[in-house]
Amino acid sequence: MANDYFIQAYSHIRNNQIWHNGESIFTADSADFSSFMKAAYKHFALDYGKFFKMDSLSKLAFMASNPLLNDEPEKNTALVMTNKAGSLDTDRKHQTTMNDYPSPAVFVYTLPNICLGEISIKHQLYSENAFFVFDSFNPSTLHDYANALLDSKKAEKVLCGWVDFEHQKHDAFLYIVSKSGTFEHSLETLNRLYQTP
Amino acid sequence: MSDLKQELKEKIIEQLNLEDVSVAEIGDTDQLFGEGLGLDSIDALELIVMLDKDYGIKLADPKEGRKIFESVDTMATYIEANRA
Repeated sequence: MANDYFIQAYSHIRNNQIWHNGESIFTADSADFSSFMKAAYKHFALDYGKFFKMDSLSKLAFMASNPLLNDEPEKNTALVMTNKAGSLDTDRKHQTTMNDYPSPAVFVYTLPNICLGEISIKHQLYSENAFFVFDSFNPSTLHDYANALLDSKKAEKVLCGWVDFEHQKHDAFLYIVSKSGTFEHSLETLNRLYQTP
Repeated sequence: MSDLKQELKEKIIEQLNLEDVSVAEIGDTDQLFGEGLGLDSIDALELIVMLDKDYGIKLADPKEGRKIFESVDTMATYIEANRA
């Protein structure tokens, strides 16, 4: 069954640059991640005010998924994402406010899977979702999990990948696995696409 | 009172990260929740924290918030009457 699936589209965000299917679609000279995200939001005319309330991990996942889900009609698209830092960046922010006035708006992002909820709300997905933490990009687990979801008909498509944020350093690689597409859904392809935007 | 309303509008925009909204766009009697500014339950908690932190007002009954946070007008009136 594994060879029946393909990578329909993919995106990267690294070093203040966004790629869609290997083509650079936005770059900014912003010194910090927040300014980079704000510039990208304006560039793509996203018109989604809640974006600015999100933590950095959610902004990263939201922005990387946007070119993939914008014109995606299939609403039974599961979300499976992974990273190394979990929600550590936001956890630290929350910790620094613990002795004063903890912010409820920061606290609600102290779990990495919240970013999946943000994507689901924006794109009206009521699908399966899961978030895993690994030391590094783990194509094997993503590959098997996506195939299992499709084989068991829990989803028609799966948006998978890696979204990691810590200390301004950001790395996102997302892709949609479906029954048709340009690239074979294999470990070799995933490793190659992850390495090179 | 008008200074307080201006201050509240600035604080609401800054603390609730309303990047797309300017002070001039928030009317004194505009609804803050629902169809007005579209604030949500987490924003309501932030406003409760703001009342305590910036004006020394602790809401004993969170249900009071519904009336207090109806608009900038109602917030300013409540703060004027209860600030420490």
